[in-house]
Amino acid sequence: MNNIEKEKSEIFVKERQLVIPGEILARGLDYLPSSGCYRVNNELKSKLLGLVKLKDRFIGIIPLAGVYIPKTGDGVIGLVEDMQTTIWVVDINSPYDAILPLGEAVGEYVDLNKTDISIYYDISDLIYAKVLNVSKSKQVQLTMNDHRARKLIGGRVLTITPSKVPRLIGKQGSMIELIKNETKCQIIVGQNGVVWIKGEREGLAAKAILTIESESHITGLTDKITAMLKGE
Amino acid sequence: MSKVGQPEKMIVNGKRLDGRELEQFRPITVEVSVLKRAEGSAVFKFGDTYALAAVFGPRTMHPRHMQDPQKAILRCRYAMAPFSTNERIRPGVSRRNVEISKVLNDALSNVVFFEDYPKTGIDVFVEILQADASTRCAGLNAASLALVEAGVPVKDMISSCSVGKVDGQLVLDIGGDEDQFGDVDMATATIGSEDKFVLLQLDGIVTQEEFFKLLELARKGCTEIYERQKNTFKEKYKAGEVSVES
Repeated sequence: MNNIEKEKSEIFVKERQLVIPGEILARGLDYLPSSGCYRVNNELKSKLLGLVKLKDRFIGIIPLAGVYIPKTGDGVIGLVEDMQTTIWVVDINSPYDAILPLGEAVGEYVDLNKTDISIYYDISDLIYAKVLNVSKSKQVQLTMNDHRARKLIGGRVLTITPSKVPRLIGKQGSMIELIKNETKCQIIVGQNGVVWIKGEREGLAAKAILTIESESHITGLTDKITAMLKGE
Repeated sequence: MSKVGQPEKMIVNGKRLDGRELEQFRPITVEVSVLKRAEGSAVFKFGDTYALAAVFGPRTMHPRHMQDPQKAILRCRYAMAPFSTNERIRPGVSRRNVEISKVLNDALSNVVFFEDYPKTGIDVFVEILQADASTRCAGLNAASLALVEAGVPVKDMISSCSVGKVDGQLVLDIGGDEDQFGDVDMATATIGSEDKFVLLQLDGIVTQEEFFKLLELARKGCTEIYERQKNTFKEKYKAGEVSVES
């Protein structure tokens, strides 16, 4: 006689609940691990300190902290830190350096015997580029072949935790638009957590951005930021 | 045979030199995010023993030739500040530091998901600012919290405590004088809530029966430490009902 019952699947967490590593999120084979989770026997556990994200049967964790891992298609702000004959090496605020090949940065023909590529991008230039490809061995290739990609001149730069970028941008860009309008600044936010600000009230914009970063897990943030921007 | 300065009795009427019960911890203090420049940081105190841990990374691993193309490398460094004890400790490498760095590294390596960050290095620094016994335990607790704070993916936190034998009785959390004049000092650590030891070092002589009793006491102690570690994060982010839009 077969006495084995199919174990019922159970979920123990709610959307946006704070969890810590090792916390059991669900039991049973009906739920599947997404990023930030791992399965041990029958249980799904968290790998990170973060917030639960549920989608259908997938349980994922949005981390509260962590370094930027490049992903194809991301728009990032990087600093040119080195050059070789046909490539630039770019620091994209990640444990992995990125390469910008000549062919992806310059549209026209370049005679390498006569030109030094530093006339296009030099060391210490700040650029907004798109991640073209991330290989399995974590070699990152960038491209300037995107309508948003360009060299960023002037202004100032600050860095926030990459996982908080969606919070900074807000629903359909609402949060970042609010800051741009109130401070009359151009603001570009890279998926890698690097933010470029240029305009009239850069200091106020920076203050707002850093506040969002430190209080991203608290509700009512939009109102608080609005008050802060209008108040000054 | 008693040593110079040894009190005649270490335990009187079930109370230890500092007034504690046999199975009572010294006052524990836990704090995270104490160093702004580090990816993650934490302070852990057992009474007067004060450990500070900082985690940097995952970051590009230098020297290049030590990179592992398939996983991250953990580098753990334990050191005691020159002012952490009564007699000045000469700063720098010592055999004791190298040993403790290794055991801490081994302990933490049981839980870190190294494959998630190939070619990188994760640097963990444990600095003892004030030493009153059980420094490696306090350091390991702090390091574990700092790793979580830094966003390094881990299976669970590591919880560590010391147990020992003083005046023939088994006690929890060895304090300064007990370390110096006691019979046995044993440092232990478990993987959070699991019944698995990742650190086990014994100094002294015990019978087999005493050893298993000490392990059981250590298990209870580590569970209590684990609760404190968990609560630190829950308390810190309490205001959150979350509002992270994706």
